[in-house]
Amino acid sequence: MSPAAAKKAPSAKTTASKAAAAPSGLPKEKLLAMFREMLLIRRFEEKAGQLYGMGLIGGFCHLYIGQEAVVTGIQSAAKAGDAVITTYRDHAHMLACGMDPKGIMAELTGRIGGFSKGKGGSMHMFSVEKQFFGGHGIVGANVPLGTGLAFAQKYKNTGHITMTYFGDGAANQGQVYESFNMASLWQLPVIYIIENNEYAMGTSTKRHAANTELYKRGEAFGIPGVQVNGMNVLEVYEGAKKVIEHVRSGKGPYLMEVKTYRYRGHSMSDPAKYRTKEEVEDYKENRDPITTFRKYLEAEGIAGDAAFKKIEDEVKAIVNAAAEFAKESPEPEPTELWTDVLS
Amino acid sequence: MPTMTVREALRDAMAEEMRRDEDVFVMGEEVAEYQGAYKVTQGLLQEFGPARVVDTPITEYGFAGLGVGAAMGGLKPVVEFMTFNFAMQAIDHIVNSAAKTNYMSGGQMRCPIVFRGPNGSASRVGAQHSQNYAPWYASVPGLLVIAPYDSADAKGLLKAAIRSPDPVVFLENELLYGQSFDVPEGEHVVEIGKARVHREGKDVTIVSYAIGVGLALEAANILAADGISCEVIDLRTLRPLDEAAVLASLKKTNRLVVVEEGWPVCSIASEIIAIAMEKGFDDLDAPVLRVTNKDVPLPYAHNLEKAAVVKAADVVAAVKSII
Ligand SMILES: Cc1ncc(C[n+]2csc(CCOP(=O)(O)OP(=O)(O)O)c2C)c(N)n1
Ligand SMILES: [Mg+2]
Repeated sequence: MSPAAAKKAPSAKTTASKAAAAPSGLPKEKLLAMFREMLLIRRFEEKAGQLYGMGLIGGFCHLYIGQEAVVTGIQSAAKAGDAVITTYRDHAHMLACGMDPKGIMAELTGRIGGFSKGKGGSMHMFSVEKQFFGGHGIVGANVPLGTGLAFAQKYKNTGHITMTYFGDGAANQGQVYESFNMASLWQLPVIYIIENNEYAMGTSTKRHAANTELYKRGEAFGIPGVQVNGMNVLEVYEGAKKVIEHVRSGKGPYLMEVKTYRYRGHSMSDPAKYRTKEEVEDYKENRDPITTFRKYLEAEGIAGDAAFKKIEDEVKAIVNAAAEFAKESPEPEPTELWTDVLS
Repeated sequence: MPTMTVREALRDAMAEEMRRDEDVFVMGEEVAEYQGAYKVTQGLLQEFGPARVVDTPITEYGFAGLGVGAAMGGLKPVVEFMTFNFAMQAIDHIVNSAAKTNYMSGGQMRCPIVFRGPNGSASRVGAQHSQNYAPWYASVPGLLVIAPYDSADAKGLLKAAIRSPDPVVFLENELLYGQSFDVPEGEHVVEIGKARVHREGKDVTIVSYAIGVGLALEAANILAADGISCEVIDLRTLRPLDEAAVLASLKKTNRLVVVEEGWPVCSIASEIIAIAMEKGFDDLDAPVLRVTNKDVPLPYAHNLEKAAVVKAADVVAAVKSII
């Protein structure tokens, strides 16, 4: 049996409600922190959508709503100092890396207080301090970059690993397989995370992938793969924990396919005519990662209405403060045009 | 001064920088066990071992991206392309990932990487293996682009490139690898961004870079016999271009010819002409001429190839036409 098949986790069809019954054994604080993280991402993205509608954010803006459990589950299992790299759908990854929401929102509005001084925008932000390496606009390109970060970690023997996130559509790029080959050949400490949200812009996985079981795509390179239900944060966490252990112990790269769904359009300008309202509603009503997790926490007696209200209020305050900052932070000075071309 | 080939000078530059800084490593196709497709990395594997001299699969897009990631992660990769023709598969990472990241991050993310390898036409290898990419890379803000001619500059500039905190495209030339030149003894680092006057003159300035410098010097010798005094400027760095050096020489000679082993359209020569028009117009006594390869894919047949590639006689004719 191939490693990919052997490692196969619950199929994407595993329903959220069934999975939510799984006992986690995690401390209460950790569980609540995960809930809070997901809620922060959701509210942050909703606010970004509003600011976009008001004309305060320009260009492309790719929201993560619906996918919150993916990055939250994985980063909750990672260690501080591990590297993260992702695509243009990056706001949530930055939040999950602990980057200041103010700096992220101000980058969206193109202001000097943004992480890139307003010169990168929604798709291009970095934090060396938090080991967040972007934010990349070219589909697939962050995959060899993440592989290179892992190369540096191994070269310097840091004990850290790199989480390389990309989409189902990106999984068709040739450079992804060039990376798989080198990562396996050189046993690099990298986790490839395919966030399979079922669409690459308007093209469904069925229409773009000859074999839609994307977790098997490392097989030819000897990279084990696992498929995880990305609508359930605990399943993502448990899956990630095992994968991270494997990779950190020096056994080479691993591939995680996380089955998820984005509620909003591909970017802000997408009327989403390629899918039915019913399909979207089904996810929102029956499989929403935040609702599911909240129900679980309630059922386990970990939190009740008062606790959730407190978290909701805290998150709202953070997001509002970020939005205020993003509106008030000035535009970069005209002289910034010419700085940072070279160091 | 001792002499050495350009090939040895490049190898010494890498070896010296690898001794100096453990974060420097070399990767590319056939760089380790095979000792380099053109033997530029000869001996590096033996001295530094396989962790620092890394043979890659034939996977330009992938290993260029991996190198950029490693640079973002704190290493100083020297990525060899077997030739720059193959780097077209990797140009996305050179331009989008390496060159733009410092700017897009508001100055946070450094990318200290060197992409190096032979560039331009070699000999009888046909169109796909014979292109000069200097104008392509030199058009990109965020890159440093270097194209040395002789051994001293090859060594001194490659050492500077490896030490640079910014991404460098370092264009070598297969036909120059075996040529020998003087190289100063001891530590020799050449400042990036400075042209070099190879020969002083008063009647006309010939500007060139890389293998074109040899042709310019050859032409200058021929023209000297006819009583025409040529100043020969080697740009050495193509981005940033040493405009001041070109304009100072133009002020002195009032005539300018640009020699380039490459296509004429949107070339470095075109750029030099634009600079002369914008900033040296009052010093011009004649139109600036481009002396380049013919505007065709490089042919294989011996006679056609000879006809397509720029030669000293073309430079002589161009100079005579404006004196
Ligand atoms: C090389 C490249 N081709 C095309 C695009 C335009 N584009 C941006 S996102 C996208 C779809 C990617 O889908 P997927 O990888 O599934 O990620 P998701 O947007 O679903 O997160 C496309 C085609 C691009 N940015 N880069
Ligand atoms: Mg997708």
